Amino acid sequence: MSETLRTIEELTEAGYEYGFSTDLDTDIAPPGLTEDTVRLISGKKNEPAWLLEWRLKAFEAWKTMAEPDWAKLEIAPIDYQALSYWAAPKKKPVLDSMDDVDPEIRDMFDKLGIPLHEQKMMSNVAIDAIVDSVSVTTTFKATLAESGVIFCSFSEAVQDHPELVREHLGSVVPFRDNYFAALNSAVFSDGSFCYIPAGVRCPMELSTYFRINSQNTGQFERTLIIADDDSHVSYLEGCTAPQRDENQLHAAVVELVAKDRAEIKYSTVQNWYPGDENGVGGIYNFVTKRGRAHTDAKISWTQVETGSAITWKYPSVILQGDRSVGEFYSVALTSKRQQADTGSKMVHIGKDTTSSIISKGISAGRGQNTYRGLVKIMRSAENARNYTQCDSLLLGSDCGAHTIPYIEVKNPTARVEHEASTSTVGEDQLYYCRQRGMSEEDAMSMIVNGFCRQVFDELPMEFAVEAQRLLSVSLEGSVG
Amino acid sequence: MLHVKDLTASIGGTPILKGLDLDIGEGEVHAIMGPNGSGKSTFAHTLAGRDGYEVGGTVTLDGVDLLEMTPEQRAAAGVFIGFQYPVEIPGVNNMYFLRTALNSVRRARGETEIGARDFLAVAYEAMDLVEMKRDFLNRSVNAGFSGGEKKRNEILQMAVMQPRLAVLDETDSGLDIDALRVVASGVNALRGPDRSMIVITHYQRLLEYIKPDFVHVLVDGRIVESGDHTLALRLEDEGYADFVNHGLDDVPGRPLSGAPR
Repeated sequence: MSETLRTIEELTEAGYEYGFSTDLDTDIAPPGLTEDTVRLISGKKNEPAWLLEWRLKAFEAWKTMAEPDWAKLEIAPIDYQALSYWAAPKKKPVLDSMDDVDPEIRDMFDKLGIPLHEQKMMSNVAIDAIVDSVSVTTTFKATLAESGVIFCSFSEAVQDHPELVREHLGSVVPFRDNYFAALNSAVFSDGSFCYIPAGVRCPMELSTYFRINSQNTGQFERTLIIADDDSHVSYLEGCTAPQRDENQLHAAVVELVAKDRAEIKYSTVQNWYPGDENGVGGIYNFVTKRGRAHTDAKISWTQVETGSAITWKYPSVILQGDRSVGEFYSVALTSKRQQADTGSKMVHIGKDTTSSIISKGISAGRGQNTYRGLVKIMRSAENARNYTQCDSLLLGSDCGAHTIPYIEVKNPTARVEHEASTSTVGEDQLYYCRQRGMSEEDAMSMIVNGFCRQVFDELPMEFAVEAQRLLSVSLEGSVG
Repeated sequence: MLHVKDLTASIGGTPILKGLDLDIGEGEVHAIMGPNGSGKSTFAHTLAGRDGYEVGGTVTLDGVDLLEMTPEQRAAAGVFIGFQYPVEIPGVNNMYFLRTALNSVRRARGETEIGARDFLAVAYEAMDLVEMKRDFLNRSVNAGFSGGEKKRNEILQMAVMQPRLAVLDETDSGLDIDALRVVASGVNALRGPDRSMIVITHYQRLLEYIKPDFVHVLVDGRIVESGDHTLALRLEDEGYADFVNHGLDDVPGRPLSGAPR
């Protein structure tokens, strides 16, 4: 093995810096999943009857479904009866003031670099902090309310805006959509809710920060974002989890509704605990994310995925309205023993609809990275256009990159382009940078960041910096 | 300032440099000529510290042992290679690359880093030297550059890095006559009492523009002949055949020649 390859291995075996756990007094339901579990969760949250009914229907559907087996993932069997489906920090804070947040939770977020005190916060970003699937606080609520923006936990939305929730819940991802969406629909505990009224440009970035803390609990959040006619919102999502030897299940659902001429930009930096280099521990991340774009609307997904032992995730856009636009920008890094099967679905229904998919996969260590995408042009979609670009970068010789694009075209006016490339960080590139005085670590980080540039350019400023740093940390280690 | 003694280099057990001696003084420009496969590029990479070679002998720059250093340490010591095939680094801004390179060596030397504004002045001055348009800085490193642009970019980097020792590896290959003139005038402008250069080339053509103080002929991993610039002209007329056919191995007693001092 050459010097460079060895260094790449060292570089990709850095520790996980968010691996601490916090000792929170937590209310946990006993393991097991039955109809009673669903009733318990719904009861804990004082939900209206229609929602309990919906959950129960989802649970009935889930029981008849099977786990998807088509992904290029090797997953140890998951015992759904061994998990606990409800965990919440016991001290439920009063949401009027940040000072009422449990100090231990506040410390935890401080440690994560996400201060929840408003005066200390990143200016212009409102945060919904979610611990073990329960929203603990939402910042800047009052400021947002002035422009009519509703940003709160899902549970609050169910109580305070039931008509909005009822109209849109499951309208983009029906509970029968897939195994994990059905499971989520039955047992989801909390999540974020956001409504932007017609004509409003949301005055700040909205952000949800997800933190898994408890052990042996499944995590099921649900996010619903509704952008009414002519509105605009940029939404950010960040995720971390403690370092534990057991795998933890995370099955979330995100639904976006962009009404006429509305625009939703949804960005994710996902850094769940990835497990160690032997594949012990790590989050199983099975996520269904989908948006519906109405006439002249635009939905843009940007994701930087560096965490999780398993990632199964295909943020999608249903381009329903004429001239609607769907975008997907993705960086997925797999190192150690991580496996990712991720990509996007673009379903063109309206006329003159446009979609683009830019996917950058980086594989290191023994990581396996699969791009899987579907571009579907329906008969009704006159003059639809899609551009797809999938680039894979291999670091080392024990990892893998795979590209599986599906294209279904039912309208002859469609124009669909697909480009794919696979490259390695060449020893010649590293040598070139080192000859110019850069350390091997700096050179590697520069080359990989360059590879991801197209996607990072789509991220809001604060997140772009965070994403670059995260990528460097994920590749960092001791250079000998 | 550079002393190379009995330098050997092999790849996977195959010897390429077989005992190379060379002495370079302050501000001197030495040309190294030789047929394909004689070890010219290997010599450059051995000076730069590229992985993958088994290296023997000694190389000192300003009295410091180069062979013990990593490539980045050698860069900080003042070694610069103008590459024959500059690599492309997609997505990495040329200016960012240049500034990172310059600040890396400044940091290694214990100097203060140069800020973005001051750097721009340095870069613009260097760009004028190689007649480069300003938008060059905003493109990705070498990505989509023409052959001539890549070579000019190498000289731009050299102008920014201000090395002690510049090794230009076949800088003339793939250049038309106009590009050659631009590159050569850039190199000439960078000649100075504090900077020595090794110009590696297959053809005499480049040496019409960059007049070397000494010319060496490298054949089969050794320097077999040294002289002034007229040696290059002789090679142009006679080719390398004479040296190849009557190389060191075949003509015992032929003196091992370093640079004439």
